[in-house]
Amino acid sequence: MSLDSKTPSGPLAEKWTRYRGTMNLVAPNNKRRIDIIVVGSGLAGASAAATLGELGYNVKCFTFHDSPRRAHSIAAQGGINAAKNYANDGDSVYRLFYDTIKGGDYRSRESNVYRLAEVSRNIIDQAVAQGVPFARDYGGLLDNRSFGGVQVSRTFYARGQTGQQLLLGAYQALSRQIALGTVEMYNRHEMLDLVLVDGKARGIVARNLVTGKLERFAAHCVVLGTGGYGNVFYLSTNAMMCNVTAAWRAVRRGAYMANPCFTQIHPTCIPQSGEYQSKLTLMSESLRNDGRVWVPKNPEDAKAIREGRKTGNDIPEEERDYFLERRYPAFGNLVPRDVASRAAKIACDEGLGVAPTGLAVFMDFSAAIERYGKSKANAMGLHNPGAEKIRELGEAVVSEKYGNLFEMYEKITGENPYKLPMKIYPAVHYTMGGLWVDYNLETNIPGLFAIGECNFSDHGANRLGASALMQGLADGYFVLPYTIGQFLSNEIRTPKFSPDAKEFVDTANETRQRLEGLMNVKGSQSVESFHRRLGKIMWEYCGMARNAEGLEKARKMIRELRDEFYKDVFIPGSLEEYNPELEKAHRVADFLELGELMIIDALNRNESCGGHFREEYQTEEGEALRNDEEYTYVAAWEYKGWAEEPALHKEELAFENVELKTRSYK
Amino acid sequence: MKLTLKIWRQKAPNAKGRFETYQVEANPHMSFLEMLDVLNEELIAKKEEPVVFEHDCREGICGTCSMVINGEPHGPMAGTTTCQLHMRHFRDGETIVIEPFRASAFPVMKDLAVDRSSMDRIIQAGGYISVNTGAAQDANAIPVDKDTAAHSFDAAACIGCGACIAACPNASAMLFVSAKVAHLALLPQGKVEAKRRAQAMVKQMDLEGFGMCSNITACEAECPKGISVENIARLNREYLSSALGSETVA
Ligand SMILES: Cc1cc2nc3c(=O)[nH]c(=O)nc-3n(C[C@H](O)[C@H](O)[C@H](O)COP(=O)(O)OP(=O)(O)OC[C@H]3O[C@@H](n4cnc5c(N)ncnc54)[C@H](O)[C@@H]3O)c2cc1C
Ligand code: SF4
Ligand code: FES
Repeated sequence: MSLDSKTPSGPLAEKWTRYRGTMNLVAPNNKRRIDIIVVGSGLAGASAAATLGELGYNVKCFTFHDSPRRAHSIAAQGGINAAKNYANDGDSVYRLFYDTIKGGDYRSRESNVYRLAEVSRNIIDQAVAQGVPFARDYGGLLDNRSFGGVQVSRTFYARGQTGQQLLLGAYQALSRQIALGTVEMYNRHEMLDLVLVDGKARGIVARNLVTGKLERFAAHCVVLGTGGYGNVFYLSTNAMMCNVTAAWRAVRRGAYMANPCFTQIHPTCIPQSGEYQSKLTLMSESLRNDGRVWVPKNPEDAKAIREGRKTGNDIPEEERDYFLERRYPAFGNLVPRDVASRAAKIACDEGLGVAPTGLAVFMDFSAAIERYGKSKANAMGLHNPGAEKIRELGEAVVSEKYGNLFEMYEKITGENPYKLPMKIYPAVHYTMGGLWVDYNLETNIPGLFAIGECNFSDHGANRLGASALMQGLADGYFVLPYTIGQFLSNEIRTPKFSPDAKEFVDTANETRQRLEGLMNVKGSQSVESFHRRLGKIMWEYCGMARNAEGLEKARKMIRELRDEFYKDVFIPGSLEEYNPELEKAHRVADFLELGELMIIDALNRNESCGGHFREEYQTEEGEALRNDEEYTYVAAWEYKGWAEEPALHKEELAFENVELKTRSYK
Repeated sequence: MKLTLKIWRQKAPNAKGRFETYQVEANPHMSFLEMLDVLNEELIAKKEEPVVFEHDCREGICGTCSMVINGEPHGPMAGTTTCQLHMRHFRDGETIVIEPFRASAFPVMKDLAVDRSSMDRIIQAGGYISVNTGAAQDANAIPVDKDTAAHSFDAAACIGCGACIAACPNASAMLFVSAKVAHLALLPQGKVEAKRRAQAMVKQMDLEGFGMCSNITACEAECPKGISVENIARLNREYLSSALGSETVA
């Protein structure tokens, strides 16, 4: 099947406006007759459910969390981009579009990205109207900062809790619709399968996590806003419950998975400290506005630090290698994430790592503290303030900007980052890959839509910082509520579906058998132990650097692990009760299948681009080497069966408005 | 470090619960929840049922983790959620008592997991600004004084964990409610509906069976996000008193 992106015709800057003006609409009286299922209540799901409810549709919204407010979006720290140009530094819709295409290493769809940049401005307006307390300057206007991969200040933020505040905004809008009765909320319900009727998505099977019972739900269409799959690596910055099950079950029913190997490794996370570790903690990219990344020049110094004989403060300025500033003078510490991560890995591979494990580099705020301290002293009219006073004033400024992050760092590591440079290391953070969607955000299954991190749409091979919140909210507030009409306008005569119809009952039975199968293995190893082993394989062979040999090996290892899982996993408790181990088990079962597909995708893509770095394809300076001739396409994979090879479908990417260039941040 | 854990085990909402004692070997760098992970892995290896506890972000922001540790919601460290608590703050050989949050509006579901949906219903009653998508004006059209925005943010930092309620002898939800009321009422956008919002939320709080506030301030002491009881004073002062005479919510 050829993949039709359904991109409207016309000049780039006019596509969305024109399309919106000519799209099919559903009249208000018809909306009332139409049911929509939204799975997920993160930024994408909550904003979509609330907006669809406001428009008059009957919405059912599902989350496996105990409340919509707990979705993983809550943890986003740094900020959200928008082409407002409030800073008057030359920003524009085009520039945000261009930065995103370039940042994604020319592997995303121009039309979608341009639309994203356009609606980014509405998001900020909407959020402020909802009461999101963004940072402000002394004039009372909104403040901005910079994120990696760009040279303007377009990131709006609410201290280090931007995701929390935006999600609360969406959650409150959703709560209002719940109270008005337009949205029915199903907390603690986990979607375990998608129901198709005559090839269209018409419902889901969900497990009530409290009773353990399977329940069937019907609607005219289904929207997935179920987040990313970074936890396939076991250790990641994602919340513990993030998983791929909803998306993967859709894949098993025929939806295509696009670019699954495109994962983002975030350069600044707190390094792993032990085997028992359950997750990794992000230190927001915003810190790279002020933090300078370095390692000692001399391996002996690095060794002394690792062994606790020296600290970062003992290394004099001239003995430090500020490797990002050295390698990328134009962007310095603010290079995109993939570039920064790889540079840190190279430094550690050379034996310059500064944690006991050898896997960490420094991020240092002393220069910023001094700079801010001096300017504060000036502003206060202090004459000849001592070094100590300057430090004190500087620390106060840094604390105002990043206080909660510094606190989090200290809680976890027990070290004071105002006094000692932070130790950081890259960790899995975000997945650019996801369900393939067209311009309408519809998958190849009619009536199945995917929004937020769970689709593949806008970030190509690497996402720029502060763009996921933007995309999730763009999809949920400003895109899907319109584009869904393209499908639904043909459904106004379709009567309501009954969840007792054969298709629903059959799907629920299949789900039950699957779960019973898992329960009945009654082996000896815990679910967690399998997840850890899967994560290690993925990180080792499909992480920051990949090569064909390693990938082939990993594929075999995953298959073996999967066999072992189905022979020897042990799940305590029973099916029909509150059973978190069973929840974990079916999520890990799906990760075991997704992992293999990621490897297949990584093997297929014989080039390096963005977060996908194939060691065989690099420039002499160790930078990613794309192969535009052969790989300027989206790889969308069709599941063909347990033992079969998946089928590859290509969506060729046309670049009509930007020139394909080697990405350079030098 | 070797620890003795006394943990509340309860099979289902209506089942009778009891404390069980476990021994576990921890490492001071572990988080409290990682220590419980270790215990659970050991229980699973013995084919016993692991201890059910809720958690997700493990970064102190989602508000999911909820347990009472040695009598204190979220344990002994001020301004810290359970997931952010590290074992270096405990002594080798210590006995730690772990229980669920207790309040009649928070029924126990299993072991340490409780149902906090009552808090969602309070927000549904009015904890929002009534604005539809697409109806907003330019974000910079209404300047907000930096300090006011900061105060609003301080209140908005509530993670909805319910520790304030678990800490309160009356199981009052006033700190939680007042934080939302203050967050929105401090902003010009939220002022319009301020009275109505406060009345509706307080009314729902009563309906859910939360107790009255009698100014004990245990809530503030246990709140992991430093939400101040000044919010309660503001709620009482500005809205409840005036509400008696003016518009009431049906
Ligand atoms: C630590 C951290 C910091 C970040 N900081 C930033 C930042 O500063 N700026 C930025 O732009 N991006 C940031 N990101 C990325 C961004 O937060 C996420 O990409 C984004 O929030 C994802 O939103 P979402 O709505 O797609 O999914 P999520 O927020 O993950 O929501 C998924 C929802 O789906 C539900 N769900 C999933 N599966 C099922 C199922 N089977 N059945 C029922 N419900 C289901 C969940 O319960 C949840 O409600 C950060 C990410 C991390 C990990
Ligand atoms: S006020 Fe504090 S203790 Fe209460 S719910 Fe909010 S964050 Fe938790
Ligand atoms: S697990 Fe999220 S706050 Fe503790």
